[in-house]
Amino acid sequence: MNEIQLLTWVRGDGLDYAVGIFLLGVIWRLFEIYSLGRKKDLSASRSVAGASGWHTIFRRSLPPAGMVKKSPVSYIGGYTFHIGLAIVVFLFAPHILLIQSLTGLSWPGLPSQFIDLAAVVTMAAMVVVLADRINKPVKRYLSTFGDWFTWTVTFLPVLTGWMAVQHLLLPYTTMLALHILSVEVLLVVLPFTKLFHAFTLFGSRWYNGTVNGHKGVAV
Amino acid sequence: MQGPLIETLARQGVTRRTFMKFCATLASAMALPPSAGRAMAEAMAAAPAASKRPSVIWLPFQECTGCTESITRSHSPTLEGLIFDVISLDYQETLMAAAGHQAEEALHAAMAANDGKYLLIVDGSIPLGLDGAYSCIAGKSNLETLKEVAKGAAAIVAMGSCAAYGGLPHANPNPTGAVSVSDIIKDKPIINIPGCPPIPTVITGVLAHFLTFGSLPELDKHGRPKAFYGETIHDRCYRRPFYDQGKFAKTFDDQGARNGWCLFELGCKGPVTYNACATVKWNGGTSWPVESGHGCLGCSEPDFWDAGGFYKALSMPADPLKLAAKAAVVGAAAGVAVSFVNRGKKSAAKSAHETTTLADLEK
Repeated sequence: MNEIQLLTWVRGDGLDYAVGIFLLGVIWRLFEIYSLGRKKDLSASRSVAGASGWHTIFRRSLPPAGMVKKSPVSYIGGYTFHIGLAIVVFLFAPHILLIQSLTGLSWPGLPSQFIDLAAVVTMAAMVVVLADRINKPVKRYLSTFGDWFTWTVTFLPVLTGWMAVQHLLLPYTTMLALHILSVEVLLVVLPFTKLFHAFTLFGSRWYNGTVNGHKGVAV
Repeated sequence: MQGPLIETLARQGVTRRTFMKFCATLASAMALPPSAGRAMAEAMAAAPAASKRPSVIWLPFQECTGCTESITRSHSPTLEGLIFDVISLDYQETLMAAAGHQAEEALHAAMAANDGKYLLIVDGSIPLGLDGAYSCIAGKSNLETLKEVAKGAAAIVAMGSCAAYGGLPHANPNPTGAVSVSDIIKDKPIINIPGCPPIPTVITGVLAHFLTFGSLPELDKHGRPKAFYGETIHDRCYRRPFYDQGKFAKTFDDQGARNGWCLFELGCKGPVTYNACATVKWNGGTSWPVESGHGCLGCSEPDFWDAGGFYKALSMPADPLKLAAKAAVVGAAAGVAVSFVNRGKKSAAKSAHETTTLADLEK
């Protein structure tokens, strides 16, 4: 298989399968999670200002008082790489073209040089967050294979995409193919790993907020 | 500088100065040191009398003669064509006066007289289907001819994408079982000059290098001379700044196209195509596909015919939602099935639950 054949496969059949498995997994997991249901809470609801599912969804996007100082790497690093990922994924012109070809929706992109900077900052933040996870005994103790694995499959698309644009290590064609392949790996594993938080994040926040709101606790 | 070639060129109205400039350009195009231009000029100018010029045999297989057209009609005066004055082109069906048995005799005479020394140029792919019956010359299949002529060759030049990779005949579903020269010949140095057709300067450059230094230039992993195929079209494209700014022509006649913006969205394969079009250009430096407003097809890359459509942007997948509906249905079914299993577990746990009473606790 030469690099054009590899690129053709990852753009063709490979992507078909990856998108298929992704959709299958997402729908399966959402059905599974939301059909579990919860026991009805028979206690009387206590009403406290700021205690509700919607409040929690918003509040948990902000660091609790004092936490940024206490755990700067988790918060600043976490914000940086999440925002960086969003910029790189959604504002790079070729990515917008892809989304447009799939959905018909399009929006203006950012200059490649800015995307390049965002990619480097994102990768730096991810590396710092990983180093922190390795260095802090508690974090390391709490980490499982799933954490290391999801970090890797998230990091690789950014790295290969950046290397393809920068023409590092391998010819552009091969790197572009590897970039698309790494995105396909990400798509395939996303529904079945911790990365599914991209879909469950707000639902679980709402649930926690509602349960605690019923008890009169603003979390 | 004197020699038969200089005199021939003078008769054609090409001055010695123009010839020197051409050789210098050729050398610089191949990233050779400036002295190489002079060495090339001297080697070619000093080409000995007709009988001793290096013998070249050009075999046409499953081809369209576009590669021959490319070099012979390069531009006028045909400086690229001067290479024919330096070599002894002993067999070239399109250009030779002889036909039939005479042509075959010329081929065999050249092979016998220059055994182990002649340069073999091949254009066109070799069909293996039906024992090679899809393309025969003088009652022999192309496969037989190639094996026979390659045996005594010093080196082989696979001219054009068909000879280099199989090209159009090799495209899916490849009805003739077409393959490239390197798929068959394994024991000779082979240089691939892909392109559909290849750039005349590239053809001449490689031949001049072989004639001057007696060796093949440095090759990449596809057997292409790195001097010409070392960088992508995209990296050398004068429209590249528009790509970086995100300015794309959306159709072939919109304002973006008129402004000369990047053709990436219209399917340009420049980013994955290694060739010299953007720097060397075509027709004596007049223009090249992207300059004339059409995206690169990627013709110097293997299997470019089957690379997902000429007018689809590289970032655009072929048909990613093909399996989407089925996947959604299977996913929903799996989700519902798992839900029922989970509900079953819950109700089993509920029915297995033993109620603890106050009396139990006081026991």
